[in-house]
Amino acid sequence: MNHNIRASLSVVAAAAALLLAGCERPPVQTVQVGYRGVAMEQVNNPRLAAKREAANVVPAALPAAPSDPPMAKDVYQNIQVLDDLSLAEFTRLMLAMTAWVSPEQGCTYCHAEENLADDSKYTKVVSRQMLRMTRHINSNWTNHVAQTGVTCYTCHRGQNVPANIWYSNPGPRQAAGMARTRVPQNVAEPSVGLSSLPYDPFNTFLRADPEEIKVISKTALPAGSDRNIKQTEYTYGLMIHMSESLGVNCTHCHNTRSMAEWDQSTPQRATAWYGIRMVRDVNVGHIEPLQGVFPPNRLGPLGDVPKVNCATCHQGVNKPLYGVSMVKDYPELRGARVMAAAPADPAPADPSAAAAPAEPVPAAAAGS
Amino acid sequence: MAEYQNIFTPVQVRSPHYMGPPLTPGLGTRVGTPGTSWLLGKIGDFQVGPIYLGWTGLTSLLCGFIAIEIIGLNMLASVNWDWIEFLRQLPWLALEPPAPKWGLRIPPLNEGGWWLMAGFFLTTSILLWWYHLYRRARAMGMGTHVAWAFLAAIWLYLVLGLFRPVLMGSWAEAVPFGIFPHLDWTAAFSIRYGNLFYNPFHALSIAFLYGSTLLFAMHAGTILSVTRYGGDRELDQIADRGTASERAALFWRWTMGFNATMESIHRWAWWFAVLCPLAGGIGILLTGTVVDNWYLWAVKHGVAPAYPNVFPPVVDPATLPGVSP
Repeated sequence: MNHNIRASLSVVAAAAALLLAGCERPPVQTVQVGYRGVAMEQVNNPRLAAKREAANVVPAALPAAPSDPPMAKDVYQNIQVLDDLSLAEFTRLMLAMTAWVSPEQGCTYCHAEENLADDSKYTKVVSRQMLRMTRHINSNWTNHVAQTGVTCYTCHRGQNVPANIWYSNPGPRQAAGMARTRVPQNVAEPSVGLSSLPYDPFNTFLRADPEEIKVISKTALPAGSDRNIKQTEYTYGLMIHMSESLGVNCTHCHNTRSMAEWDQSTPQRATAWYGIRMVRDVNVGHIEPLQGVFPPNRLGPLGDVPKVNCATCHQGVNKPLYGVSMVKDYPELRGARVMAAAPADPAPADPSAAAAPAEPVPAAAAGS
Repeated sequence: MAEYQNIFTPVQVRSPHYMGPPLTPGLGTRVGTPGTSWLLGKIGDFQVGPIYLGWTGLTSLLCGFIAIEIIGLNMLASVNWDWIEFLRQLPWLALEPPAPKWGLRIPPLNEGGWWLMAGFFLTTSILLWWYHLYRRARAMGMGTHVAWAFLAAIWLYLVLGLFRPVLMGSWAEAVPFGIFPHLDWTAAFSIRYGNLFYNPFHALSIAFLYGSTLLFAMHAGTILSVTRYGGDRELDQIADRGTASERAALFWRWTMGFNATMESIHRWAWWFAVLCPLAGGIGILLTGTVVDNWYLWAVKHGVAPAYPNVFPPVVDPATLPGVSP
């Protein structure tokens, strides 16, 4: 009889251990952010927060450089974007970019050793586009990045390729023929926080011709809204991605008694709204035109270029790098100086009016 | 009874197995050679079997097996027939209903046809099992309370998977078969329809759910606390009534002024349990068909309170001039 009891006890213990395996070790702290009684709270684990803070420290800025002539474009050849910088500023920015993006490989990660002006390395073409993108974000998307702005380091963090990028996700291998029923969800994918929600909301929402994100009816009674539960699951997947990317709960932006109501939401929701449009603009206007520039080893399983989402910059923090501005030390990344003088419309650019892709955007092969 | 018995001190007398009263001729037989289980004897009766299935039970099990098989094989196919992945990902895997574009039409097998087929067999299995329960209760000369309680659960199941999708004109509105997927579906359902917590039938259903657990705890606690007077032994209570029932009743009279009776407490429990899925099913059926946003509905009818704004005013940027959505 005893072995029966021992066996049952070990089964119970094993089951309990298995159930707890997915849990986060305490302590857990809850901070109230909304009006009392509406459960708007941020859940934090100080142990994990300390780890995150250590991983999001801004590197020291290089000593400032004078903007006096000579200008870089008068000394170097083939300068297409940074033609408004002095030689000293230009050299300083190149050094900073090397530390931010290719600290191990150095200048030759992008530049041909024998001729720095040469565009033969794809990385140089990509960098140029990324410089355009950085200036575009900092000058046209202040609704999202405010005056904090972004630099190469915001995403790259000393790596050639930012840690958080996305490709079209073909999903796991599956059976063929009439057994091929897999919809692009119901698999443990980190992109949606290991939920069973659609794991590629990026193709759906963060590219050209995005699907409508809003799914909740605007009227109490049915009045023609055709938004359905499947669409809701895609929106939900995107929201989980945002929550995971920013290290926040739903209540960072929403009063969850009504996800839809703007007048009960936090100001961060509007910031996030612009962020979604900014990511679309970046993918459509700056990243996807690089299709054909990237070598095959930089492409995804379906041959698409690496693209950005919220995690690319945020990396688990609601304000990337805890809101410390690096752009204030590198004002040349704010935008071309001649352009900065006359911003006609401070409102963010219409994503569809942004620089058109140089090449046709390949149709999404999966996920939408 | 020579000694006081409870779950910790049972006497398991091993005697020839009881095969049950003779069956009506033509009904087949009870199947299975009875066995004994010491562990089961700890929590109930130690004799296991025989079991009577009859044609209703057999066909129900068969349909249930087909349904589980369709669901399981579809899950296995979704990980390329890889058993290790199947076990690893099982909580995530699902058989999804057809896409919205199919409406109520019958799609190809791999676009939701399997889901329809699994649903058909599962529903058939459940309904046959309901009839089986009903017939067994009748055969035992019992009332049919268990069958009707089961039907309350079947009502909720049918609302979710059949009645509401039909009213909405789309199979896509139905629940996927899968562990996490059906939970994520539930959350998405609530989000789409403006927060189910403002659905009064959902609230009612929760009241009956929590009420059921409260009643269960009260009743079970009461009876267990008078087992020392034989309160758990119904036969003794009837033949030679002890003081257990009186003590149990007086306990509640003196703590809250009112007490149920030995019979009425079971009606309380039965109705609370049955009303939980009944009310819930009504709430689900009204969602999307009659009410599209429960939060706005609750605001309209003065149910949802207004809270002071603690944030600066926020407007939908899509409504601002010069901003394109």
